[in-house]
Amino acid sequence: MKFIRDTFDKYKPLFDKGGKLEKFAPGFNAFDTLLFVPNHTTKHGAHIRDGVDLKRVMITVVIAMVPALIFGMWNVGFQHFSQLGEAGSFLDYLIYGSVKFLPMVAVSYGVGLGIEFAFGIFRGHEINEGYLVSGMLIPLIMPIDMPLWMLGVSVAFAVLIGKEAFGGTGMNILNPALVARAFAFFSYAPSMSGDKVWVADAATVDAISGETILGSLAAGNDAGYSVLEMFLGTIPGSVGETSVLMILIGAAFLLFTGIASWRIMLSAVIGGGLMGLIFNLIGVNALMDFPWWQHLLVGGFAFGVVFMATDPVSAAQTDKGKWIYGFLIGFLAIMIRVFNGAYPEGMMMAILLMNVFAPTIDHYVVEGNIKRRKKRQNTNIETA
Amino acid sequence: MAGEKEALFSKKNRALLTDPLDDNNPISVQVLGICSALAITVQLKPALVMSIAVLFVVIASNVIVSLIRNLIPSRIRIIVQLLIVASLVILVDQVLKAYAYDVSKELSVFVGLIITNCIVMGRLEAFALANGPWKSFLDGVGNGAGYALILVLVAFFRELLGSGKLFGFEVLGHKAKDIADSTGLYALGYENNGFMLLSPMALIVVGIIIWVQRSRNRKLIEN
Repeated sequence: MKFIRDTFDKYKPLFDKGGKLEKFAPGFNAFDTLLFVPNHTTKHGAHIRDGVDLKRVMITVVIAMVPALIFGMWNVGFQHFSQLGEAGSFLDYLIYGSVKFLPMVAVSYGVGLGIEFAFGIFRGHEINEGYLVSGMLIPLIMPIDMPLWMLGVSVAFAVLIGKEAFGGTGMNILNPALVARAFAFFSYAPSMSGDKVWVADAATVDAISGETILGSLAAGNDAGYSVLEMFLGTIPGSVGETSVLMILIGAAFLLFTGIASWRIMLSAVIGGGLMGLIFNLIGVNALMDFPWWQHLLVGGFAFGVVFMATDPVSAAQTDKGKWIYGFLIGFLAIMIRVFNGAYPEGMMMAILLMNVFAPTIDHYVVEGNIKRRKKRQNTNIETA
Repeated sequence: MAGEKEALFSKKNRALLTDPLDDNNPISVQVLGICSALAITVQLKPALVMSIAVLFVVIASNVIVSLIRNLIPSRIRIIVQLLIVASLVILVDQVLKAYAYDVSKELSVFVGLIITNCIVMGRLEAFALANGPWKSFLDGVGNGAGYALILVLVAFFRELLGSGKLFGFEVLGHKAKDIADSTGLYALGYENNGFMLLSPMALIVVGIIIWVQRSRNRKLIEN
């Protein structure tokens, strides 16, 4: 530890104001603060500081994703081997999955952080940690067979248009990870949907039917998987979103550490459940007949609720607003996926849509608050 | 004419021609005429034809309105302007139907909608009503060219990335159903970006152009 600190201190003057490499200071500082707690001292304003800075928050979310991530890699191998009718051990699955998945993580972080560093140096501001989470989320919500260059293009689009155009970390109105997925979905539809992309190397083998549950329901067939499989996550789908169990573990961690909002999670589940119930009552096609509580287990609903909808930047900020925001996400997600069978990505669309409306919701909640207080004040004056 | 006669291409007049190309571009700075820029920029050919049509209408209406500007009662000037623009647009539409039927069909309603193109009305109201025919002509050329510049730029990127073609030629190679039969970039596994064919992407491309322009052009940076 001491050695690394010493090395940093040795080269620091080079990057200080007037130093030779002054231009690259944001890059240097980013590495420094990634490894060590920054030794900033508060100069004005509030003097109470907490150890939980942006970096800690981001790392906590990444840790919460780890169960879903490891399970996802195992599931990639499991789907591949079981669909091909081959047997394999636990380790075989995991190794196959990591060989397929880790390059996606590398591309996502490489491209995303590369752009962030370039912008930091070019614009002369400090590099923010925001991409740590997005960079991990993006490969988790992509189909495993997606070509790496497509992933790179999607990441570049998400960071440039979804984030930097609005002013960088903390300013984006949309969740960057979902921007990447939406971009890929509309740009490269053949690689993002259908029955071939969800199982690794499925396209090379004709016999494989790697249809997702929502996909086969939209086609009018039955789900094809048991409820237990849906809950545990041994079903085809994007890498990280299949296992509700692992996502719940992550959710528990996020709630325990107080990073994510329980209001959004709970209200989204209520909204989704309610919409599912309504559709159950109508029950015209296979998608509508799909039991409401099973709707909450598939199609990335759990992953979206826990890791995407709760993104503190793009979600509603007020408590009342969070209830409305979460409820509508769940409600719209189920509605979109049932009404338009071609868009099993209802969750993605619903979150992006509500991201856009979050400031509006907040505005009216605050306005309502002001109005109520004014009224109370007025009546007080009258009675006095 | 009182005062000194101004040279045909004095500095002021040259500015009329060059200003709308960059500093005062009708699309990327004034954000006018956006609807047609989004709708007909999927391919280069219709975008180019549309640009020429608008160029013609802006120039001709500018000159005509400028010539009769002192005769138009100001209370009914909008109606007079509309009449002139509408007649010119009908003229363009008939010529297109006669000589470029395919493109005319592709552009469909958007040729007619040149009547309501904010650039045309904007130039008439803001410039032609107050300036002489030669200046109005230059102003029309400048603004029409500024519009054309952005339109062609957007269409270039959308056609290249969206369908891998330029003016209908497959510049990135041929895409066959089987990857083994494909040539060029497609043989390497490249795929067209379907999003580029949808209008939201045109908006984003225009946005990127505005972004790049504003970060390069110091005059346009707002405080």
